[in-house]
Amino acid sequence: MMRPVNSVIIKIVDDSPSIKTFFFDTSFDSSTAGQFVMVWVRGVDEIPMTLSYNNAITVQKVGDATSRLFELVEGDSVGIRGPFGKGFTLPEKDNRILVVAGGVGAAPLAPLVEYAKDLGAKVTTVLGARNAYELVFKNRFFAVGTLHITTDDGSEGRKGFVTDALNELDVLGYDRIYTCGPEVMMVKVFDILQDAGALDRAEFSLHRYFKCGIGVCGACCMDTSGIRVCKDGPVFNGMQLVGSEFGKYKRSASGQRVEV
Amino acid sequence: MVTITGLDLKNPTILAAGIMGTTGASLVRVAKEGAGAVVTKSIGPSPEEGHPNPSMLQLECGFLNAMGLPNPSYVDFTKEIEIAKKEAYVPVIASIFGGNADEFVKIVQGLSPAKPDAFELNLSCPHAEGYGAMIGSDPIIVKEITSEVCNNTDVPVWVKLTPNVTDIVLIGEAAASGGADAVVAINTVRAMAIDIASGYPILGNGFGGLSGPAIKPIAIKCVYELYDKLDIPVIGVGGISTWQDAVEMIMAGASAVQVGSAVFEGLDVFSSISSGIDSFLTEIGYDGVEDIIGLAHEMV
Ligand SMILES: Cc1cc2nc3c(=O)[nH]c(=O)nc-3n(C[C@H](O)[C@H](O)[C@H](O)COP(=O)(O)OP(=O)(O)OC[C@H]3O[C@@H](n4cnc5c(N)ncnc54)[C@H](O)[C@@H]3O)c2cc1C
Ligand SMILES: Cc1cc2nc3c(=O)[nH]c(=O)nc-3n(C[C@H](O)[C@H](O)[C@H](O)COP(=O)(O)O)c2cc1C
Repeated sequence: MMRPVNSVIIKIVDDSPSIKTFFFDTSFDSSTAGQFVMVWVRGVDEIPMTLSYNNAITVQKVGDATSRLFELVEGDSVGIRGPFGKGFTLPEKDNRILVVAGGVGAAPLAPLVEYAKDLGAKVTTVLGARNAYELVFKNRFFAVGTLHITTDDGSEGRKGFVTDALNELDVLGYDRIYTCGPEVMMVKVFDILQDAGALDRAEFSLHRYFKCGIGVCGACCMDTSGIRVCKDGPVFNGMQLVGSEFGKYKRSASGQRVEV
Repeated sequence: MVTITGLDLKNPTILAAGIMGTTGASLVRVAKEGAGAVVTKSIGPSPEEGHPNPSMLQLECGFLNAMGLPNPSYVDFTKEIEIAKKEAYVPVIASIFGGNADEFVKIVQGLSPAKPDAFELNLSCPHAEGYGAMIGSDPIIVKEITSEVCNNTDVPVWVKLTPNVTDIVLIGEAAASGGADAVVAINTVRAMAIDIASGYPILGNGFGGLSGPAIKPIAIKCVYELYDKLDIPVIGVGGISTWQDAVEMIMAGASAVQVGSAVFEGLDVFSSISSGIDSFLTEIGYDGVEDIIGLAHEMV
């Protein structure tokens, strides 16, 4: 049975001017990094959010539901269903892993690197954002291994994109590569890894419009194989995305194709 | 192999409307997983985003949904049907909805160049203002829409019925007299769930339709009654997730079955149901599905 679980906000942390982390009294301890929950902002909408901790989501304000979330205070509640979907393939003890995170795409990757570090894996992160203020979870990544920072405006780290930093790394030196961020960023990462022959060791966490969220309605199916982002994903191996719509177009709530 | 309204199906399992039917690629995927035919998402006159989420949830006894007929319009959907027709290698049935006969006809004409193998008229969605069950509960309108559609297409026309009426047979008869080649029963049963922590109805639309195991006995009875009174085939849908469910539905009078919510458990549901039916028929010594269609009627 899967009714929304009433979840009270116990703490709110401002991560950046447009990003906040909400901690709840409900914890999803059996979840895997990369899985998502459906967050019901009553009276507004229910939206997918990845778990950034077992009991938290990290939200960028972009529209109706996220704006309403930003008005909530400690003690307020939302309804949460999940965890759903397939998360990242977890690294093994002796693995060297590379993480490429852009903006709020850091949310599913921070718990992953913490898991990896506890296990004994060696972690390298490339973290990018528009500017220094928008770097999410910088300290969480810094605490577990090597961190390369890029900002579009050069206000912190290297001026440029995550791909500029990625281009200078020997991607074949890593056992597993994980990425999440805006699709335009991920598709550039995809191209670099494909050229390097490292696509098979890479996983991408994707976004599509979710309607049912449980793999039934088909709203989030991707061309050309019909994979469902909410159930077969949201995390996919790079090889699954070869020749797909990824980086080209997606579907709106009505199912019309729109450019990425 | 079964033949229904002239369409040859390699097995009697059909993907139900609104389930993994938004894109050509997903219809192809379901066909490859073993469905004998696939029905598209219901397609309407103009792009619709549908109701706000939550739009579907799992309950103790089944599933509750109010998608709100999201669809890209028949104009945009034509290319999805083309993809399905080219790569699915099973009959592709276009489910359509409109507010009146003219809208239905416009959509039929718009989609026909993509050559769907049949049309299924959604006169049964329980939660779309001015569409679906709102018009599908009135036998006069059902007959009118069915006959207008039949006059404007050469392919078979199936009419999907709502159980949210006093007498489903009246509506089935109206469809048959309008020229329907088959009826499909049932769409979801009007239902609602409330969040006790807050008092809010959970679905974005407030209420919606129940599907899954809870509605199987309702569907069985509807199909049983329709089979009794109509001379056209009845396609059974509602709560089917195993081959036993399918056999039960066929014995009630269904010539084929559609499977919707059970896709939640996995897409292999089509192949497992169809191979289960085959083994059952062989074991008992029946020659084919025809031998058990409506069997229950002979026992009472
Ligand atoms: C698997 C997954 C995990 C996500 N994790 C996070 C996260 O950790 N942090 C974060 O800030 N954002 C995350 N998102 C994106 C987040 O769901 C959207 O930003 C949010 O839905 C916007 O809602 P809104 O009402 O504020 O915006 P709206 O005004 O409704 O829409 C703004 C944009 O948000 C997206 N969106 C809206 N509704 C949905 C929906 N039902 N499903 C998918 N996308 C939608 C659309 O692209 C839309 O164009 C995730 C999305 C997915 C699919
Ligand atoms: C998420 C969802 C969407 C649906 N969308 C449609 C639709 O667009 N058109 C339609 O005729 N029926 C639609 N239905 C109804 C199903 O086709 C089917 O009649 C009903 O769910 C009962 O079958 P089931 O118990 O196997 O799910 C939908 C059902 C669900 C669960």
